[in-house]
Amino acid sequence: MGESMTASALETEALAKRFGGLVATDNVSFRLEPGARHALIGPNGAGKTTFINLLTGVMNPSAGRVLLAGEDITGLRPEARVRRGLVRTFQINQLFDDLTPLETLSLAVSERLGLGGDWRRRLGAAGSIAREVDRVAARFGLADSLGLRTDTLPYGKQRLLEIAVAFAASPKVLLLDEPAAGVPEAERRDILDAIAALPADVSVLLIEHDMDLVFSFARRISVLVDGALLVEGEPDAIAKDARVRAVYLGESRHA
Amino acid sequence: MATILFDGVAYGMLLFVLACGLAVTLGLMNFVNLAHGAFAMAGGYVTVLLMDNWDAPFLACLPVAFALPAAIGLLLERTLYRHMYGRSHLDQVLFSIGMVFIAVAATDYFLGSSQRNIHLPDWLRGRGQVMGVSVGLYRAFIIVLCGALAFGLQAGLMKTRFGSRLRASVDDARVARGLGIPVGMVFAATFAVGSGLAGLGGALGTELLGIDPYFPLKFMIYFLIVVTVGGTSGITGPFVASLLLGVADVMGKYYLSSALGGFVIYVVVIVVLVLRPSGLFARAR
Amino acid sequence: MNAALGLARRARWRWLEMAFWIAAFAAILMPAGAHLILNEIAILALFALSLDLILGYAGIISLGHAAFFGLGAYAAGLMCKYFAQEPLLGLAVAMAASGLTGLLSSLLVLRGSDLTRLMVTLGVALVLHEIANALPQWTGGADGLQGMVVGPLLGRFAFDLFGRTAYAYSLATLFVLFLLARRVVYSPFGMSLMAIRRNQLRASALGVPVNRRLIAVYALAATYAGAAGALLAQTTAYVSLDVLEFNRSADVLLALIIGGAGWLYGGIVGALVFKILQDYLSSSAPQFWLFWMGLFLIVLALVGRERLRAGMRGALTWAKA
Repeated sequence: MGESMTASALETEALAKRFGGLVATDNVSFRLEPGARHALIGPNGAGKTTFINLLTGVMNPSAGRVLLAGEDITGLRPEARVRRGLVRTFQINQLFDDLTPLETLSLAVSERLGLGGDWRRRLGAAGSIAREVDRVAARFGLADSLGLRTDTLPYGKQRLLEIAVAFAASPKVLLLDEPAAGVPEAERRDILDAIAALPADVSVLLIEHDMDLVFSFARRISVLVDGALLVEGEPDAIAKDARVRAVYLGESRHA
Repeated sequence: MATILFDGVAYGMLLFVLACGLAVTLGLMNFVNLAHGAFAMAGGYVTVLLMDNWDAPFLACLPVAFALPAAIGLLLERTLYRHMYGRSHLDQVLFSIGMVFIAVAATDYFLGSSQRNIHLPDWLRGRGQVMGVSVGLYRAFIIVLCGALAFGLQAGLMKTRFGSRLRASVDDARVARGLGIPVGMVFAATFAVGSGLAGLGGALGTELLGIDPYFPLKFMIYFLIVVTVGGTSGITGPFVASLLLGVADVMGKYYLSSALGGFVIYVVVIVVLVLRPSGLFARAR
Repeated sequence: MNAALGLARRARWRWLEMAFWIAAFAAILMPAGAHLILNEIAILALFALSLDLILGYAGIISLGHAAFFGLGAYAAGLMCKYFAQEPLLGLAVAMAASGLTGLLSSLLVLRGSDLTRLMVTLGVALVLHEIANALPQWTGGADGLQGMVVGPLLGRFAFDLFGRTAYAYSLATLFVLFLLARRVVYSPFGMSLMAIRRNQLRASALGVPVNRRLIAVYALAATYAGAAGALLAQTTAYVSLDVLEFNRSADVLLALIIGGAGWLYGGIVGALVFKILQDYLSSSAPQFWLFWMGLFLIVLALVGRERLRAGMRGALTWAKA
């Protein structure tokens, strides 16, 4: 908790989560700068998903605080955090199988525009929603797939939709949970390009195993091991850090 | 007051035996079996028919009241129920409601719709004195029998190999399978035992509650209450919940008028739901 | 295809829909004979539509939807017997009463899991049944509410034995409420419901205030169910305890499932099929109807609604083209 020149986009103070005797998140004080391209890495079981769940409010912390643009959001429900601009994607696609991308994106956009509770007008009657949906779909290369059932789309397109939907919610902070996971080689390029093309004013925290993606994307990397932050720094420093190598090499030795 | 408490405990114990099978199968297979009451009904009718048509002694009927529903349960589980395990809750609800309807319709058609009663043997009738409190002999019998059953079930769950396999399967079926536990067989056996217990409960309950073709529908709510309040992660939860509900119901009906007293159970449930939405013994997930 | 076009297209009226409503209204002019059963179908259709809102759109499984139906019936009955004979007034009061009850019970229904929901919905209906049973001085108890004299609709159209006015009244109510439901379902609010039903976690991760939306639709559905109950009370001039019984909740669930939940016409189609089947199958021993319902449910559950729905969808696209 030192002095800061600018408010962080997202910050945690001594965040902890205990399940009985098990410590899933161990006193994590983490800072995401505005406009960041920040990656969170760590071996399996390090507690990355728990951390994301704590940030988004799906789980309540045992101790510590979460701050979004300086505002304490620790007590807020997930949907309230989304309204304030904290949006995540899921490692395993959480999409609406029999709905179309058009419907899914329209939902995200209408909620963000504050029209989600409108029960009187037809969805799309106000042109604002449709225009924004077209824009988001174009950005993620989904314009041709808008009218198709989500579960008929190829996996790579579904993954793109997963990110597009989060983007449609107009995030100030975007948490990407293993966006390239399980995507066939042929379709990975689209995902990587889409992530690289995210606007500079969106602060992005990327959780990934794929080191190529991490090192090509991140300007800053944090390493999470056994629920605690081991080390944090620029990609070069992290790559050379002996402790990091030990953790990853040690892990492959046990495998 | 002690007598009323005693009656409440007896009723609660009976509820426990009736509902614990449902709690365990729900916790184990995540299957909402609304037809559970049909097995209880089977046990009750078996007892009535054996006693009426063959003059069978009451105690001799009890094992049959366990065995027949258990066998039926085993058969149904292996043929029909197992196809429904992974399905949506709505499908499971539709399926089990369908089973209840068939059971009710068949019973009504073949055995008539009037309520049946049994004649208890003389040694179970009347009242006695336990520690200075006047108690009904039959209710005392129920408390002793059901208490022993509860104790035996808990011991079986905690101390036998089958019990530990069951607990492992409840905790995580996928991992259990990976450890070589024959989860399918555990399901089948548990379902059979649960149905058998329901049948036994139905037989025991005939004297207190009467038996008729609509029993499974009338008592569905009580089973659901025991399971939601008591949780599904063991049998201590449903045990405590059943006692709580049994006592609340009997005391409510005694101290308030019979009309108002019936609501006490619902008030208790509402209070529990408001304070602890996942039941009194929610397991941490 | 661009978004605006796609969104407009999904909400447009299909010609089959318009044909259906025209036919339904035309049936008012039919010679007397079928209007009594048509009235029953319209009432069940409205009841099933109300269940569709919570089951098909919001994904809430209710075993006690009859609670609101029965409450609406008794409210309309009592209104008629003690206060005012104008049916529309009774309808309004019934809807308000059941809507309010829906709002209050939604707070309990939404706590806890699917299982708790089953118990709570069942329990609410049971409690109301107990209350109705315990107050025979108001409700007539087991004998039912007697002495209802229902005034002529709008002061002009009297109800008679043949049921023509009854059917017209029920159909008109169904149509108006259907139009409203259609608007709601195709609105952003309706979209959020569909999302909640399919993946509540994701809906909340997109900023949808899940509980608020569910409470709203539950209250709305309760209002609709109350309207259906009021229609029954008023068109038959009688209310008995069976409006609150589990059978009612099971019947409407089955009717909706027959027609298919989640496409708004499922309740209407299902009500039609259900009533026709019921008429046909319960003329023999009454237990037969229960048995066939049970068998149907089991087969349906085993085979899977998706497979049946896929088959129906194929047939529908052929009809729509």
